[in-house]
Amino acid sequence: MTSDSKNIPRTQPRFSATFDRGTISEIQRAAATGIYDIRGGGTKRKLPHFDDLLFLGASVSRYPLEGYRERCDTDVVLGTRFAKKPIVLKTPVTIAGMSFGALSAQAKEALGRGASAVGTSTTTGDGGMTPEERGHSATLVYQYLPSRYGMNPDDLRRADAIEIVVGQGAKPGGGGMLLGQKISARVAKMRDLPEGIDQRSACRHPDWTGPDDLEIKIEELREITNWEKPIYVKVGASRPYYDVSLAVKSGADVVVLDGMQGGTAATQEVFIEHVGLPILAAIRPAVQALQDLGLHRKVQLIVSGGIRTGADMAKALALGADAVAIGTAALIALGDNSPDLADEYAKLGTVPGAYDDWQDGRDPAGITTQDPVLAARLDPVLGGRRIANYLSVMTMEAQAIARACGKSHLHNLEPEDMVALTMEAAAMTRIPLAGTEWYPGKGGF
Amino acid sequence: MTTRPNIRQIDLASTSLRDLNAALQGAAEGSDDAWTIVNPRGRHAIAVGMTNPVEVTIAGHAGYYAAGMNQRAIVTIDGNAGPGVAENMMSGRVHVKGNASMAAGATGHGGLLVIDGDAGARCGISMKGIDIVVRGSVGHMSGFMAQSGNLVVCGDAGEALGDSLYEARVFVRGTVKSLGADCEKKEMTVADRDLLQSLLERAGMSDVPVGAFTLYGSARRLYHFHVDNASAY
Repeated sequence: MTSDSKNIPRTQPRFSATFDRGTISEIQRAAATGIYDIRGGGTKRKLPHFDDLLFLGASVSRYPLEGYRERCDTDVVLGTRFAKKPIVLKTPVTIAGMSFGALSAQAKEALGRGASAVGTSTTTGDGGMTPEERGHSATLVYQYLPSRYGMNPDDLRRADAIEIVVGQGAKPGGGGMLLGQKISARVAKMRDLPEGIDQRSACRHPDWTGPDDLEIKIEELREITNWEKPIYVKVGASRPYYDVSLAVKSGADVVVLDGMQGGTAATQEVFIEHVGLPILAAIRPAVQALQDLGLHRKVQLIVSGGIRTGADMAKALALGADAVAIGTAALIALGDNSPDLADEYAKLGTVPGAYDDWQDGRDPAGITTQDPVLAARLDPVLGGRRIANYLSVMTMEAQAIARACGKSHLHNLEPEDMVALTMEAAAMTRIPLAGTEWYPGKGGF
Repeated sequence: MTTRPNIRQIDLASTSLRDLNAALQGAAEGSDDAWTIVNPRGRHAIAVGMTNPVEVTIAGHAGYYAAGMNQRAIVTIDGNAGPGVAENMMSGRVHVKGNASMAAGATGHGGLLVIDGDAGARCGISMKGIDIVVRGSVGHMSGFMAQSGNLVVCGDAGEALGDSLYEARVFVRGTVKSLGADCEKKEMTVADRDLLQSLLERAGMSDVPVGAFTLYGSARRLYHFHVDNASAY
């Protein structure tokens, strides 16, 4: 029998798992441009996350609280260790540090309005404090960064708390970056920089290195502000047990721990995707450090990086955090990646849900831009309302879960209320795998 | 020597740092008081966060961050100063009669820092408008990422002077061990020379001749990233 060449199946195009289409296009882009890819946002890879934990809820062995009838409190006090004036938040979800420069003035105002409406705080960023954000934020945390852009003692004294930024989750060990197209005249003036240059700010503080120096720096800041302000130390999640221990040793009132899902205004893609820990892996060692020092709940722990819902918040608190912070989620609440902007995203070569060019200043939502025409699209009053709505929903979601677990305060949630869905999550959190009483490492490897 | 009528002395051997700084920070606007701090013994954060034009003399050595974030006060350290003296100064004057450790005048936005002796590494790091005049020499990485203001070094400069410099000017009278990335020698104009002369006069160093100085500034090659300059990073 002769073969019929027409009937021989062709070898189908087969794509490589190693050299997938994204990898190939990135190699081609790198070869064409000679510069690494820079983008905004946090890591996009799939990681062990809060979705890998579940709450058990109440049953015969635990009884729940009545929804809408029995109280489930949500307040948190930050800075009780040394500060004369700790700050009190009505809900344990705060707005993370994002600079004027990275964000438009309208976006900063909207964040302030929304956070203030629900009784929580906002945070400045790498670029100083604007009068607008101070004016619209009832409680404002002032970031103290390596660049010290716009840093002045008057603003320090105007702040309600001071956050010494050692690192952030998107780029532990990396400095700030703001590309020239976003260095408008006002941004340049605030940062004492020439207009329009690519700004790459330092990754190390200019006048201290290491925990012994940090202790002295904290003393100086307290002396300048009459020991009134809570002092936070923010670290990117990398070695959380030791970093938290050293921050506490240095005198921090509050430690902020940011996982690699945490967003950035502009950083190398390779940095975002390959450096740091997912927040799920970082909370337990951080809490352990506080417990070992006898300071859990006395030095407060704020965690961030991929917090999206009240469930995420509840899980972070149950793992031992005192509060959470949101950045990317707040921008989405303001209108980032909205389907309504599909046509405009198409012009930028992307689609709603994937837009991450926060570095280039052409944000059609008017959030990550300094273009006055684009920025004017964002109504700060309406934006503030959206933020307030979203924060309220997150709080109510967390309360619903806490009541179901029988807790009269969100801080009464505990690891025992949860199970892990995956071996990875069980190992990272020491929460037993669902249906077992075991997690990897329990009883020794 | 102060010309002010009311000299008040605070002894850090018997007064807490908090009480000292609270007293200095609380000095009344327009006060004629001058303060002398005795027994500083290298204590950190002495005379920080002052906002009024009072005169303060630290009679001895100071630790980290002496006169940090100063606004308008006139501070004299009659001894050596630790790291970060006058860090982030906004205005006023800080005068170190001895040597200063690293990061002197770091991130300062304004005012004048005078160092009669030498300064350590990273003098004027990230400076943002402050003027710094050093009679002696400065250590490595001085003027790192300096954004604006003037750094005057009457002696020599260590390695990597002015690395990643922005728009600050660096005047050096002696030798420079090496220049940092994007720092280059500049032609000194008449205006630059006049500026230098006035800085030396304000620092009480009119005896130092202007003629022997060299001006360094930013080559501005790193203001916009280009792959051909990648080796400079």
